[in-house]
Amino acid sequence: MIETLTTHHELTASLATQLIDQALAAGASDAEVILYEGDEFEALVRKGEVERLKESGSRAAGLRVFLGARAASTSTSDLTPAGLERLVRGAVSLARVTSEDPFAGLPDPPSFGQIQSDLRLHSDDVADLPAADRIALARRADAACFAADARITNSRGGSFDSGAGHKILANSRGFVGEYRRSICSISASPIAQSPDGQMQRDYWYSSARSAAALETPESIGAEAALRTLRRLGARSVPTQQVPVVFSPEIARSIVGHIFEAANGSLIYHQSSFFAGKLGEQVASPELTIIDDGTMVGGFGTAPFDGEGLPTRRTVIVERGVLKSYLLNTYMARKLNMESTGNASRGITGAPGIGAGNLFLESTSPLPSSSILAGIKGGLYVTELIGQGVNMVTGDYSRGASGLWIENGELSYPVEGITIAGNLREMFQNITAAGDDMVFRSSVASPTLRIDGMTIAGA
Amino acid sequence: MSHHPTNVPSGTPQHIPSGPEHRRYFFDTFGITERLLERCLGEALSAGGDYADLYFESIASTSIGLDESLVKSANQGMSAGCGVRVVAGERTGYAYTDDLSAERLLRAARTAALIASGPAKEPVVGFREKVQQDLYPVLTPEGDADIASKLDLLLRADRAARSADPRIVQVRAGFSDEVRRILVAASDGTFASDTQPLARFNVFVIAKDGANIARGSAGGGGRVELDYFHTEKTPEGFAKEAVRQAILQLNAVPAPAGEMEVVLGPGWPGVLLHEAVGHGLEADFNRKGTSAFSGLIGQPVASSKVTVVDNGRMPNRRGSLNVDDEGSPTQETVLIENGILKGYMSDKLSSRLMGIPETGNCRRESYQAVPMPRMTNTYMLAGDDAPEDILRSVKRGLYAVNFGGGQVDITNGKFVFSASEAYLIEDGKITAPVKDATLIGNGPEALKYVSMVGHDLRLDEGIGTCGKEGQSVPVGVGMPTIKLDRMVVGGTGRQ
Repeated sequence: MIETLTTHHELTASLATQLIDQALAAGASDAEVILYEGDEFEALVRKGEVERLKESGSRAAGLRVFLGARAASTSTSDLTPAGLERLVRGAVSLARVTSEDPFAGLPDPPSFGQIQSDLRLHSDDVADLPAADRIALARRADAACFAADARITNSRGGSFDSGAGHKILANSRGFVGEYRRSICSISASPIAQSPDGQMQRDYWYSSARSAAALETPESIGAEAALRTLRRLGARSVPTQQVPVVFSPEIARSIVGHIFEAANGSLIYHQSSFFAGKLGEQVASPELTIIDDGTMVGGFGTAPFDGEGLPTRRTVIVERGVLKSYLLNTYMARKLNMESTGNASRGITGAPGIGAGNLFLESTSPLPSSSILAGIKGGLYVTELIGQGVNMVTGDYSRGASGLWIENGELSYPVEGITIAGNLREMFQNITAAGDDMVFRSSVASPTLRIDGMTIAGA
Repeated sequence: MSHHPTNVPSGTPQHIPSGPEHRRYFFDTFGITERLLERCLGEALSAGGDYADLYFESIASTSIGLDESLVKSANQGMSAGCGVRVVAGERTGYAYTDDLSAERLLRAARTAALIASGPAKEPVVGFREKVQQDLYPVLTPEGDADIASKLDLLLRADRAARSADPRIVQVRAGFSDEVRRILVAASDGTFASDTQPLARFNVFVIAKDGANIARGSAGGGGRVELDYFHTEKTPEGFAKEAVRQAILQLNAVPAPAGEMEVVLGPGWPGVLLHEAVGHGLEADFNRKGTSAFSGLIGQPVASSKVTVVDNGRMPNRRGSLNVDDEGSPTQETVLIENGILKGYMSDKLSSRLMGIPETGNCRRESYQAVPMPRMTNTYMLAGDDAPEDILRSVKRGLYAVNFGGGQVDITNGKFVFSASEAYLIEDGKITAPVKDATLIGNGPEALKYVSMVGHDLRLDEGIGTCGKEGQSVPVGVGMPTIKLDRMVVGGTGRQ
């Protein structure tokens, strides 16, 4: 049994309000405090042997102060009275050197709020799970890979990861809120070898806020093995334009690009091709894209955002029409709009803009087999690598691997190719969406078919 | 830059000498004592285990940002903590604490110890400290005068970018720096400490011309003093470079698609090496047999014109370290010599388990992270070809001189890197600039097609950050102009 290091749990809202008082006393006109404590556990088992065990906890405090229209922030892991005093003095002194920005400042009090109902973000069964059981879950996931097929000859290990966090946010305009979240996951990453020596890897996972909601390690190992084995014998294909079908796991990145394109900061900085497109048709009319930070038990759910506004459901794209940007208070003021409750706040710095639970809905979802059935020759993408996405222009070019579609069926594996296009056209050219969306993380998508992309290969 | 072990028999108690401030920093600031280090290591090995180490880290960081000609953000952060690692065979136990009291340190050591099972090891008594390299200035966290000076750098970059071209509609600039202090004490007697400065300046611009819009960015830095940005690499220089790239992109044509001859310019395109061969030569992947390079030592993996090294001991470089995160001195390691695979980048664990030399490549993102073999500054040595001859030899191809990031699947060897500034080569001449495009290749094969290597080796400006298993560390890359006879270019245009 592993002795837990995570018995801190001593951060309180009153410590946050006390820090705000200290900041105001030191000369700040407004202040915002974030306190965080969390713990993490990791067990990695490879080929039957425990390879890595990690367990620890940590705490941190962040402070953002305003001196009129000037702002600055500090953060520290030293929560002793002396450390917190330095945090306050540092922030106030730093704010004196920044520029006056009339748009800077905390949100107005009427906008504060938080969801009061139980969002089921924390489950005690994660922390209660004995270390031996956690290690066993990792061991079983790895063993299931090897049991699946003799061609699974190696692995990067099966793992069980878990963590819990406690976040407190408070500001000088009266907001105080806190919440706890837990998370755990099982994953497997086998390596398969073909007779000619070619190696391939892939992985599969299950994540949940409660240990009871995890899929079995056997099913995860089996799925990981399947995904790895189907890559064996992969080859390149000639350069051509064909329909590209994104598997649900990979299609999530396309939904993520739609969020990025609607990110208010990129919009304001003329750094997104969605700038000025509000009310226009930006995607196929079958598609609706939603960001919802309020879903019970969701991976992207929180009762309030990084500035103390309640999270909400925002329709970004409705039947292909751009309906809303995603905003925090600062960008909303700059664009003369209202915040959408998408402020994201780490320990350090000013709030950014982040998604809650992000997903895609189609007016006419199809079984994925029907999507493939209509394609004579095309690419089914199971992995993308590299960055290769320019949100200013929409230019898109990424390394890809997957399976070749022949006469409506998945046939041989392909790799060493790129897929390229422009996101502006790609969003319009989503010609089919599947009925197979599952939330495995905070972003979800069904299978998507995109036409008009270029594949480059040998 | 030589280093000699001090002549103290192992096991003999020795007091840690005074000297540079960083040696005593954790002793003076957190009340750590040599006796406490020994107790923690004893606790870490109380359940058996072959090796244990303690990694103390304290980071003071600052970042400031300019947008719309205003200094809108200023952040300062402080963090300190200690990671305890216990190694037993191939197993690693790890725990950390941000509370450096004796009680918490001992508790972290006990938690990490539970990976091992066996009788307690001999107590650790005494440490040996090596004479250390001195690759960068020892900086202390700054005062207010420094902040004012940094603000001035940002404002100068803003003015320079806006005045360079009327089509520039957005300018953002940022300056971030940190001072990282570390202390490593290990059960093998290692005692090492270091103070590692790191600074980086960035400029990002948007250019607009009618309906055309484009971005450009430039930046640089290293383990340097603030003065570096006033004298060697000025904000005006970075600003003009960012503007040049954005204006160029306004008129870019679609990149070609398919396999073709590719010429890579000197400097940052060395990210090719980082992805194509660097990661695949990190010892942990090879120990486990999960790299496409596993078992290829002594085999040809590149053309005979290619020699690649990893060098952690270049003065002031972003990827350099006096000692790695296990307290071992960094080195210059030959990875590929005249096309033949020579060796891996290793840490203590892989060196011991694989019976290979230890190369001082053990790194970690922070005290919260388990260390592993990582690159430092990775580059290809210069060849004999003149860059203009290399370009002249290409009938139809791509000339890529600037890149965004890259990524590699170390198991099947497939790697990509994304060109942000590239041109068509037609009949030996550089013609139209092309839009962003990803290049893809196979690590153990790609460098076999290197047919020309320029004499113009250059290192990057100091902007690289490498990610592996969720951990980011600063790195450097470098390369002369090279020609690859074939590589797949992922554009949308005609070949």
